Amino acid sequence: MPESQAATIAPSTQIASLELKSRSGGLARDTFRKLTRNPGAVAGLIVLCLIVLATIFAPTIAPYDPIEQDTQTIRQAPSREHLNGTDTFGRDVFSRVLYGGRQSLPVGLIAVGIAGVVGVLTGLAAGYYGRWVDTVTMRMVDIMLAFPGILLAMSIVAILGTSLFNLMLAVGIAAIPEYTRVVRSSVLSAREAEYVTAARVSGASNSRIMLKHIFPNILPPVIVLATLGMAGAIILGSTLSFLGLGIQPPTPEWGNMMSDGRTLMRHFWWVSFFPGLAIMLTVLSINLIGDGLRDALDPRLHNR
Amino acid sequence: MLRTPLSTYIIRRLIQAIPVLIGISVFTFLMVHLTPGDPVVLFAGDKPISDEEIVQIRHQYGLDKPLWEQYADYVSGIAHGDFGSGLHSKRPVTDTIMEALWPTIQLAFAGLVVAVLFGVSLGIVAAIFHNTWVDSLAMVIALLGVSVPVFYLGLLLLFFLSFKYPIFPATGTGDLQHLILPAFVVGFSSAAYIARLVRSSMLETLRQDYVTTARAKGLRERTVVTRHALRNALIPAVTYMGLQFAGLLGGAIVTEQVFSRPGLGRVAITAINNRDYPLIQGTVLITAVIYVMVNLLVDLSYAVFDPRIRYA
Repeated sequence: MPESQAATIAPSTQIASLELKSRSGGLARDTFRKLTRNPGAVAGLIVLCLIVLATIFAPTIAPYDPIEQDTQTIRQAPSREHLNGTDTFGRDVFSRVLYGGRQSLPVGLIAVGIAGVVGVLTGLAAGYYGRWVDTVTMRMVDIMLAFPGILLAMSIVAILGTSLFNLMLAVGIAAIPEYTRVVRSSVLSAREAEYVTAARVSGASNSRIMLKHIFPNILPPVIVLATLGMAGAIILGSTLSFLGLGIQPPTPEWGNMMSDGRTLMRHFWWVSFFPGLAIMLTVLSINLIGDGLRDALDPRLHNR
Repeated sequence: MLRTPLSTYIIRRLIQAIPVLIGISVFTFLMVHLTPGDPVVLFAGDKPISDEEIVQIRHQYGLDKPLWEQYADYVSGIAHGDFGSGLHSKRPVTDTIMEALWPTIQLAFAGLVVAVLFGVSLGIVAAIFHNTWVDSLAMVIALLGVSVPVFYLGLLLLFFLSFKYPIFPATGTGDLQHLILPAFVVGFSSAAYIARLVRSSMLETLRQDYVTTARAKGLRERTVVTRHALRNALIPAVTYMGLQFAGLLGGAIVTEQVFSRPGLGRVAITAINNRDYPLIQGTVLITAVIYVMVNLLVDLSYAVFDPRIRYA
């Protein structure tokens, strides 16, 4: 669950507030080098790349149409013709899994984008300005955190209705407080740094100090959170679709495909099994990359 | 640093919960008004209505009053345990929720038990056998735990342990038999998270001087681990138990759907599909309030058990 992942990141990674601005190119190269030495992260990168490529080239790879129904091939077990079997409407599950990524993956990506942008801006403002800005922001965060993520996302869908965009929005909004908290606590330690004083003395505006000086320095924890958050967002998005509150059939999406197969599990396990496997492999590989990034970016763990 | 008396801490923590509770009530109140379109249409259902009916519904639900007055009515209703009636079933929302509350709380707590028992033991074993295959295996299990969606784990266990090898019943409620599988599903991801936390804090604690001292005194390794190291290693895990409860509650909501169990999750999902707003508001509000209360209790209990929390 996303709640728990944020909690692991916050205390350990925020220490990585080094002055990175002058060598940010170096940091990226450094991080990538460390990442490639981590076998788990490398495996994650490879699997994720394969999944993304399969999703992008779904129209070329998929042997059948993902939506067209075929009464001749209802609920067939996996075979050479239908690698992952067929569903209640005779549709090829493998083709639908390939196309399903075109919904599930963008939901994760856009949701993290929404949460990241709003979370970074509010966190920066709260941490930098302090006083009432901080109080108001953090009370809002407390209120949002009073709802378990899935419940908050469900409420937003209840308000806005079900659609691809509303799903992205719901998952994104539910994740905002984690980013605000992590960014705020990183800013609190960064704003006392000498380079901030130096920038202020040389006449830089508040927004310039926040975005050009502080932000690059608090980037490491944000990158780790965004990576692990992507895994959480993909799970939450597909969970909502599974519950019937996200992407609606007949559009294939991993969560709603599993919902189709939920009652068929006893005799036609493949209808739910393969879309679930797709979610799990995707989330697993993103988590492996995220763990690798955390190790690479967190100086506390370097010498272990 | 001055030591804050326990009572002051409790009062301060209670006061902090007030704005959160107000925020929850404002959010659930506004749900009806944030929905695109006229709220009257929501309360009327999907059928076409005449102008007279509009006036009548507007009056019945107090929609003709100013917004702040509507909010005041809403809050005073809640304070009296009155959430209105469901649009679909016409039953009082309070009755529907009360019926669904117990199964969900039962499942969430059963999940907590699984998470703690399974997570803590996995973490300890991994730390004791640090850098061996046991450690690697435990961490692979933990990685799977944070990566598998609740509903997928639920369906897989159903398939293997209810259908293929009928050890556990697939659906139904009542005795412990029906609770084991769903509880494991709910608790597994929290268990994985706790295992990671316990492992790393255990590794840290086992390096401390007082552990070395305990070993040097000639104490048995078992005593050193359980009496000296474990107690301190558990603190970070316990501190996040409140946060874990959000995941458990959310997990219970999803798991109910997989195992066709009654509970708040099914009530909420049905209500959202029926666009039954009083019921949605009630369910969301009650779930959030329970979560805040559990967090409050967890925080207060730390203050009693670990005096360090009260500093600063």
